[in-house]
Amino acid sequence: MFHPITTVHYLVLSAALLLVGTIGVLARRNIVIILMSIELILNAVNINLIAFSHYFQQVTGQIFAIFVITVAVAEAAVGLGILIALFQNKETVLADEVDLLKW
Amino acid sequence: MIDTLFFYLFALMTLGGGVLTITRRSAVHSAIWLIVSLAGAAGLYLLQKAEFLFAVQIILYVGGIVLLFLFVIMLVNLDQAARERQFNRQWWLALASALGVGGLIFYFLRAGSGSLQLAAAPVPSPVLEGNTERLADVLFSQYLLPFEVASILLLVAVVGSVIMARKRV
Repeated sequence: MFHPITTVHYLVLSAALLLVGTIGVLARRNIVIILMSIELILNAVNINLIAFSHYFQQVTGQIFAIFVITVAVAEAAVGLGILIALFQNKETVLADEVDLLKW
Repeated sequence: MIDTLFFYLFALMTLGGGVLTITRRSAVHSAIWLIVSLAGAAGLYLLQKAEFLFAVQIILYVGGIVLLFLFVIMLVNLDQAARERQFNRQWWLALASALGVGGLIFYFLRAGSGSLQLAAAPVPSPVLEGNTERLADVLFSQYLLPFEVASILLLVAVVGSVIMARKRV
Protein backbone atom coordinates (compact mmCIF):
# COMPACT_ATOMS: atom_id res chain seq x y z
CA MET A 1 0.00 0.00 0.00
CA PHE A 2 2.63 2.54 1.04
CA HIS A 3 5.04 2.69 -1.86
CA PRO A 4 7.33 5.70 -1.92
CA ILE A 5 6.03 8.45 -4.14
CA THR A 6 8.02 8.88 -7.36
CA THR A 7 7.96 11.44 -10.13
CA VAL A 8 5.81 9.10 -12.19
CA HIS A 9 3.02 9.43 -9.61
CA TYR A 10 3.01 13.18 -10.11
CA LEU A 11 3.08 12.80 -13.90
CA VAL A 12 0.08 10.45 -13.83
CA LEU A 13 -1.82 12.82 -11.53
CA SER A 14 -0.99 15.77 -13.77
CA ALA A 15 -2.11 13.90 -16.89
CA ALA A 16 -5.39 12.98 -15.19
CA LEU A 17 -6.02 16.59 -14.16
CA LEU A 18 -5.22 17.72 -17.71
CA LEU A 19 -7.84 15.30 -19.05
CA VAL A 20 -10.44 16.49 -16.54
CA GLY A 21 -9.80 20.07 -17.65
CA THR A 22 -9.95 19.11 -21.33
CA ILE A 23 -13.29 17.38 -20.87
CA GLY A 24 -14.56 20.50 -19.10
CA VAL A 25 -13.45 22.78 -21.94
CA LEU A 26 -14.90 20.54 -24.65
CA ALA A 27 -18.17 19.45 -23.07
CA ARG A 28 -19.53 22.27 -20.89
CA ARG A 29 -21.76 25.03 -22.26
CA ASN A 30 -21.26 27.64 -19.54
CA ILE A 31 -18.35 29.94 -20.47
CA VAL A 32 -17.48 30.64 -16.80
CA ILE A 33 -16.90 26.93 -16.21
CA ILE A 34 -14.93 26.63 -19.46
CA LEU A 35 -12.56 29.31 -18.12
CA MET A 36 -12.30 27.40 -14.80
CA SER A 37 -11.39 24.25 -16.77
CA ILE A 38 -8.59 26.19 -18.47
CA GLU A 39 -7.26 27.02 -15.00
CA LEU A 40 -7.33 23.29 -14.20
CA ILE A 41 -5.30 22.55 -17.36
CA LEU A 42 -2.69 25.19 -16.46
CA ASN A 43 -2.49 23.73 -12.94
CA ALA A 44 -1.81 20.30 -14.39
CA VAL A 45 1.10 21.81 -16.34
CA ASN A 46 2.42 23.41 -13.15
CA ILE A 47 2.30 20.11 -11.24
CA ASN A 48 4.30 18.54 -14.06
CA LEU A 49 6.89 21.33 -14.10
CA ILE A 50 7.38 21.22 -10.33
CA ALA A 51 7.64 17.44 -10.32
CA PHE A 52 10.52 17.64 -12.80
CA SER A 53 12.02 20.57 -10.90
CA HIS A 54 12.09 18.41 -7.78
CA TYR A 55 13.41 15.42 -9.70
CA PHE A 56 16.33 17.26 -11.27
CA GLN A 57 16.91 19.37 -8.13
CA GLN A 58 16.86 22.59 -10.19
CA VAL A 59 14.64 25.62 -9.76
CA THR A 60 14.20 26.23 -13.49
CA GLY A 61 10.92 24.31 -13.49
CA GLN A 62 9.59 26.50 -10.70
CA ILE A 63 10.57 29.63 -12.68
CA PHE A 64 8.55 28.32 -15.60
CA ALA A 65 5.66 27.58 -13.25
CA ILE A 66 5.74 31.26 -12.21
CA PHE A 67 5.48 32.30 -15.87
CA VAL A 68 2.61 29.85 -16.40
CA ILE A 69 0.80 31.39 -13.43
CA THR A 70 1.38 34.87 -14.92
CA VAL A 71 -0.14 33.79 -18.22
CA ALA A 72 -3.04 32.14 -16.34
CA VAL A 73 -3.81 35.38 -14.52
CA ALA A 74 -3.69 37.42 -17.73
CA GLU A 75 -5.87 34.87 -19.51
CA ALA A 76 -8.47 34.85 -16.72
CA ALA A 77 -8.64 38.65 -16.61
CA VAL A 78 -9.03 39.07 -20.38
CA GLY A 79 -11.39 36.08 -20.67
CA LEU A 80 -13.70 37.35 -17.97
CA GLY A 81 -13.61 40.84 -19.53
CA ILE A 82 -14.69 39.33 -22.85
CA LEU A 83 -17.41 37.39 -21.03
CA ILE A 84 -18.82 40.58 -19.49
CA ALA A 85 -18.77 42.33 -22.88
CA LEU A 86 -20.50 39.31 -24.42
CA PHE A 87 -23.18 39.29 -21.73
CA GLN A 88 -23.86 43.00 -22.28
CA ASN A 89 -24.34 42.44 -26.00
CA LYS A 90 -26.02 39.03 -26.27
CA GLU A 91 -27.47 38.29 -22.79
CA THR A 92 -26.08 34.76 -22.79
CA VAL A 93 -23.19 32.86 -21.18
CA LEU A 94 -23.67 29.64 -23.13
CA ALA A 95 -20.86 28.94 -25.57
CA ASP A 96 -22.99 27.24 -28.23
CA GLU A 97 -25.42 30.14 -28.44
CA VAL A 98 -22.62 32.41 -29.65
CA ASP A 99 -22.70 31.24 -33.27
CA LEU A 100 -22.34 34.40 -35.35
CA LEU A 101 -19.43 32.90 -37.29
CA LYS A 102 -21.21 29.60 -37.90
CA TRP A 103 -23.00 28.99 -41.21
CA MET B 1 5.20 6.94 4.77
CA ILE B 2 3.59 10.20 5.90
CA ASP B 3 4.61 11.70 2.53
CA THR B 4 2.73 8.94 0.75
CA LEU B 5 -0.36 9.55 2.85
CA PHE B 6 -0.29 13.29 2.16
CA PHE B 7 0.35 12.72 -1.55
CA TYR B 8 -2.80 10.63 -1.86
CA LEU B 9 -4.78 13.12 0.22
CA PHE B 10 -3.72 16.08 -1.95
CA ALA B 11 -4.14 14.04 -5.14
CA LEU B 12 -7.69 13.19 -4.09
CA MET B 13 -8.38 16.87 -3.35
CA THR B 14 -6.95 17.96 -6.71
CA LEU B 15 -8.68 15.37 -8.87
CA GLY B 16 -11.96 15.21 -6.94
CA GLY B 17 -12.17 18.99 -6.86
CA GLY B 18 -11.46 19.10 -10.59
CA VAL B 19 -14.13 16.55 -11.45
CA LEU B 20 -16.68 18.32 -9.27
CA THR B 21 -15.71 21.68 -10.82
CA ILE B 22 -16.64 20.54 -14.29
CA THR B 23 -19.81 18.67 -13.30
CA ARG B 24 -21.66 21.05 -10.94
CA ARG B 25 -24.71 22.86 -12.27
CA SER B 26 -24.23 26.06 -10.27
CA ALA B 27 -21.18 28.14 -11.20
CA VAL B 28 -20.70 29.21 -7.57
CA HIS B 29 -20.40 25.56 -6.49
CA SER B 30 -17.91 25.05 -9.32
CA ALA B 31 -15.82 27.96 -8.04
CA ILE B 32 -15.82 26.50 -4.51
CA TRP B 33 -14.66 23.11 -5.80
CA LEU B 34 -12.05 24.89 -7.91
CA ILE B 35 -10.67 26.32 -4.64
CA VAL B 36 -10.43 22.75 -3.24
CA SER B 37 -8.63 21.59 -6.37
CA LEU B 38 -6.17 24.50 -6.35
CA ALA B 39 -5.49 24.01 -2.63
CA GLY B 40 -4.71 20.34 -3.30
CA ALA B 41 -2.25 21.38 -6.01
CA ALA B 42 -0.70 23.83 -3.53
CA GLY B 43 -0.24 20.95 -1.06
CA LEU B 44 1.51 18.98 -3.81
CA TYR B 45 3.91 21.90 -4.34
CA LEU B 46 4.67 21.91 -0.62
CA LEU B 47 5.36 18.17 -0.70
CA GLN B 48 7.97 18.81 -3.40
CA LYS B 49 9.66 21.58 -1.43
CA ALA B 50 8.44 24.42 -3.63
CA GLU B 51 7.43 26.62 -0.70
CA PHE B 52 7.37 29.88 -2.66
CA LEU B 53 5.02 28.46 -5.27
CA PHE B 54 2.83 27.07 -2.48
CA ALA B 55 2.36 30.60 -1.15
CA VAL B 56 1.90 32.03 -4.65
CA GLN B 57 -0.69 29.37 -5.46
CA ILE B 58 -2.76 30.14 -2.36
CA ILE B 59 -2.47 33.94 -2.56
CA LEU B 60 -2.76 34.36 -6.32
CA TYR B 61 -5.06 31.55 -7.41
CA VAL B 62 -7.38 31.21 -4.43
CA GLY B 63 -7.16 34.84 -3.40
CA GLY B 64 -7.03 36.37 -6.86
CA ILE B 65 -8.35 34.28 -9.73
CA VAL B 66 -11.20 32.51 -7.92
CA LEU B 67 -12.24 35.83 -6.40
CA LEU B 68 -12.29 37.29 -9.93
CA PHE B 69 -14.48 34.38 -11.03
CA LEU B 70 -16.86 34.97 -8.13
CA PHE B 71 -17.08 38.68 -8.98
CA VAL B 72 -17.96 37.89 -12.58
CA ILE B 73 -20.52 35.29 -11.47
CA MET B 74 -22.06 38.07 -9.39
CA LEU B 75 -22.07 40.54 -12.30
CA VAL B 76 -23.42 38.12 -14.90
CA ASN B 77 -26.85 36.61 -14.48
CA LEU B 78 -26.32 32.83 -14.48
CA ASP B 79 -29.79 31.72 -13.30
CA GLN B 80 -30.99 31.18 -16.86
CA ALA B 81 -27.89 29.16 -17.74
CA ALA B 82 -28.21 26.99 -14.62
CA ARG B 83 -31.69 25.86 -15.66
CA GLU B 84 -30.64 24.72 -19.12
CA ARG B 85 -28.68 21.76 -20.41
CA GLN B 86 -25.17 21.82 -18.93
CA PHE B 87 -23.31 19.80 -21.55
CA ASN B 88 -23.33 20.43 -25.27
CA ARG B 89 -24.46 17.91 -27.84
CA GLN B 90 -20.97 16.62 -28.64
CA TRP B 91 -20.12 15.75 -25.02
CA TRP B 92 -19.68 12.06 -25.81
CA LEU B 93 -17.20 12.98 -28.56
CA ALA B 94 -15.30 15.18 -26.08
CA LEU B 95 -15.24 12.36 -23.53
CA ALA B 96 -14.12 9.79 -26.10
CA SER B 97 -11.33 11.95 -27.53
CA ALA B 98 -10.09 12.94 -24.05
CA LEU B 99 -10.05 9.29 -22.97
CA GLY B 100 -8.20 8.40 -26.18
CA VAL B 101 -5.55 11.05 -25.53
CA GLY B 102 -5.40 9.89 -21.91
CA GLY B 103 -4.79 6.31 -23.02
CA LEU B 104 -1.95 7.51 -25.24
CA ILE B 105 -0.38 9.60 -22.43
CA PHE B 106 -0.56 6.73 -19.95
CA TYR B 107 0.81 4.29 -22.51
CA PHE B 108 3.81 6.53 -23.20
CA LEU B 109 4.34 7.15 -19.49
CA ARG B 110 4.37 3.41 -18.91
CA ALA B 111 6.67 2.77 -21.83
CA GLY B 112 9.01 5.67 -21.13
CA SER B 113 9.29 5.65 -17.36
CA GLY B 114 11.78 2.77 -17.39
CA SER B 115 14.11 4.16 -20.03
CA LEU B 116 14.15 7.63 -18.49
CA GLN B 117 14.75 6.14 -15.05
CA LEU B 118 12.07 8.41 -13.68
CA ALA B 119 10.97 5.77 -11.23
CA ALA B 120 14.16 6.19 -9.23
CA ALA B 121 13.86 8.28 -6.12
CA PRO B 122 15.35 11.78 -6.50
CA VAL B 123 18.65 12.40 -4.80
CA PRO B 124 18.35 15.23 -2.29
CA SER B 125 21.21 17.67 -2.73
CA PRO B 126 22.48 19.62 0.25
CA VAL B 127 20.86 23.01 -0.20
CA LEU B 128 21.79 25.60 2.38
CA GLU B 129 19.68 28.54 1.23
CA GLY B 130 15.91 28.61 1.09
CA ASN B 131 13.65 28.02 -1.89
CA THR B 132 12.69 31.69 -2.32
CA GLU B 133 16.31 32.86 -2.38
CA ARG B 134 17.26 30.29 -5.02
CA LEU B 135 14.24 31.22 -7.14
CA ALA B 136 15.03 34.93 -6.88
CA ASP B 137 18.69 34.35 -7.80
CA VAL B 138 17.80 32.45 -10.95
CA LEU B 139 14.81 34.63 -11.87
CA PHE B 140 16.60 37.96 -11.60
CA SER B 141 19.82 36.88 -13.30
CA GLN B 142 19.21 34.13 -15.81
CA TYR B 143 15.55 34.86 -16.64
CA LEU B 144 15.48 38.65 -16.32
CA LEU B 145 14.28 39.30 -19.88
CA PRO B 146 11.32 36.84 -19.69
CA PHE B 147 10.46 38.40 -16.35
CA GLU B 148 10.22 41.86 -17.93
CA VAL B 149 8.25 40.49 -20.88
CA ALA B 150 5.82 38.96 -18.37
CA SER B 151 5.31 42.38 -16.82
CA ILE B 152 4.45 43.80 -20.27
CA LEU B 153 2.00 40.90 -20.75
CA LEU B 154 0.30 41.78 -17.47
CA LEU B 155 0.08 45.46 -18.46
CA VAL B 156 -1.50 44.54 -21.80
CA ALA B 157 -3.93 42.20 -20.04
CA VAL B 158 -4.97 44.89 -17.55
CA VAL B 159 -5.57 47.48 -20.28
CA GLY B 160 -7.30 44.93 -22.50
CA SER B 161 -9.69 43.67 -19.84
CA VAL B 162 -10.63 47.24 -18.81
CA ILE B 163 -11.41 48.11 -22.44
CA MET B 164 -13.35 44.85 -22.94
CA ALA B 165 -15.54 45.34 -19.88
CA ARG B 166 -16.40 48.99 -20.63
CA LYS B 167 -20.05 49.89 -21.15
CA ARG B 168 -19.78 50.67 -24.87
CA VAL B 169 -17.36 48.45 -26.73
